Amino acid sequence: MTDKNPPRTSNDKPAEPQVGLSAIIIDEQHTLTLAELSHACAVQSGYIIELVDEGLLTPETADEHEPHRWRFTSTQMRRARMASRLQNDLGINLAGVALALQLLEEVEVLRTRLEAMDRE
Amino acid sequence: MEYKDYYKIMGVARDASQDDIKRAYRKLARKYHPDVSKEPQAEVRFKELGEAYEVLKDPEKRVAYDQLGTNWKANQEFRPPPDWNAGFEFSERGFPGGDASQYSDFFESLFGRSFRSGGGGYGGATSDRGASGRGGASFHIPGEDHYAKIMIDLEDSYTGATRTITLQVPGVDVQGRVSTREHKLNVVIPRGIRPKQYIRLAGQGAPSHGRGKRGDLYLEIEFRPHPHYRVEDKDVYLDLPVAPWEAALGATVKAPTPEGIVELKIPPDSATGRKLRLKGRGIPGKTPGDYYVVLRIVPPPANDETAKSFYRSMAEHFKSFNPRAKLGVQA
Repeated sequence: MTDKNPPRTSNDKPAEPQVGLSAIIIDEQHTLTLAELSHACAVQSGYIIELVDEGLLTPETADEHEPHRWRFTSTQMRRARMASRLQNDLGINLAGVALALQLLEEVEVLRTRLEAMDRE
Repeated sequence: MEYKDYYKIMGVARDASQDDIKRAYRKLARKYHPDVSKEPQAEVRFKELGEAYEVLKDPEKRVAYDQLGTNWKANQEFRPPPDWNAGFEFSERGFPGGDASQYSDFFESLFGRSFRSGGGGYGGATSDRGASGRGGASFHIPGEDHYAKIMIDLEDSYTGATRTITLQVPGVDVQGRVSTREHKLNVVIPRGIRPKQYIRLAGQGAPSHGRGKRGDLYLEIEFRPHPHYRVEDKDVYLDLPVAPWEAALGATVKAPTPEGIVELKIPPDSATGRKLRLKGRGIPGKTPGDYYVVLRIVPPPANDETAKSFYRSMAEHFKSFNPRAKLGVQA
């Protein structure tokens, strides 16, 4: 099988179907930098810094004064993506987003428990 | 193409004020937002809603839409009238980002393709909106990162697995038309992956503008619900039915795990709800999770005379046993 999409520029390497593309898990061993997280969430890095300031995200490294040394895991990435979506779509401010995320996470835990109980 | 009744989608009257429309949008958006909602079809409803609001919140687009008249019914076959759009000029202010690539053909026929931007959403996955999605870029900008959600089985996380996934990627063809193409990938799912984690496939996202780097593809992992196991973070749980005598006297029983059958020692005098831990037998990893077996005592049915008389003699024997002692009621 070949990729039918015509290459647009010489630098645009077409995505050929590969045999077993390897993937890495974004976790404590493979973290994202501030720039990578911003790019992955399609937001400015200033927005991620705001989320950290608001306590919505906690970078893995403790030194909060050096954003270029911050490292993030999947959990942080999921929160950042949800935060930006909720903010854009529902028109709520950061404090509201923080509350929404906290409650959503609680609901998720409760739902899992409930599902387990319903099974009995 | 089907006619879309934007007023009906938003549940407002045709003469609703702009404030009413905004309120209706906020209310429904909170209800159907895919991050918040557990309603079936939430994602579809949310997209419809976004499209309806995009038209009705903008007085120019709303007037234009109203010009179509009130005789159309939702889902009716629709062709724009020949003189449609004459005399209207749309300014592109306030348009949301990449999301727009998912608007309906109906929307497109009315407001044109120029409103669409080439965001990166695929089937099942939501696309991102935000700063970098809006085109007009100068050179050497790295390609956007793409996303999709994939479902795997718990067992895949124990062994690692290869999966072929097909993504629907919107793009613009040589004629400048928006189309989706299939992007097939064979992905090695790493061992030890947990639900809600992302895996990254470098260079599998959107092509760059100019000489920048190609974007990455992120896959968010979900586990298919399992009939026996449940997963909490890295720990895996199983409810294990045991007979009353196994729980009372202790026993060695067979129990399934995602890695195969194990022999499990039930300590004597166990009650329902007792948790037995198999350390390190949860989801594998540098610090692996644990595997918990939760005992559940299942009494044999009392469906014949011998069984009933056995239960009666048990009752006789355990006369002083009060299962409701903690509730402060007499047996």
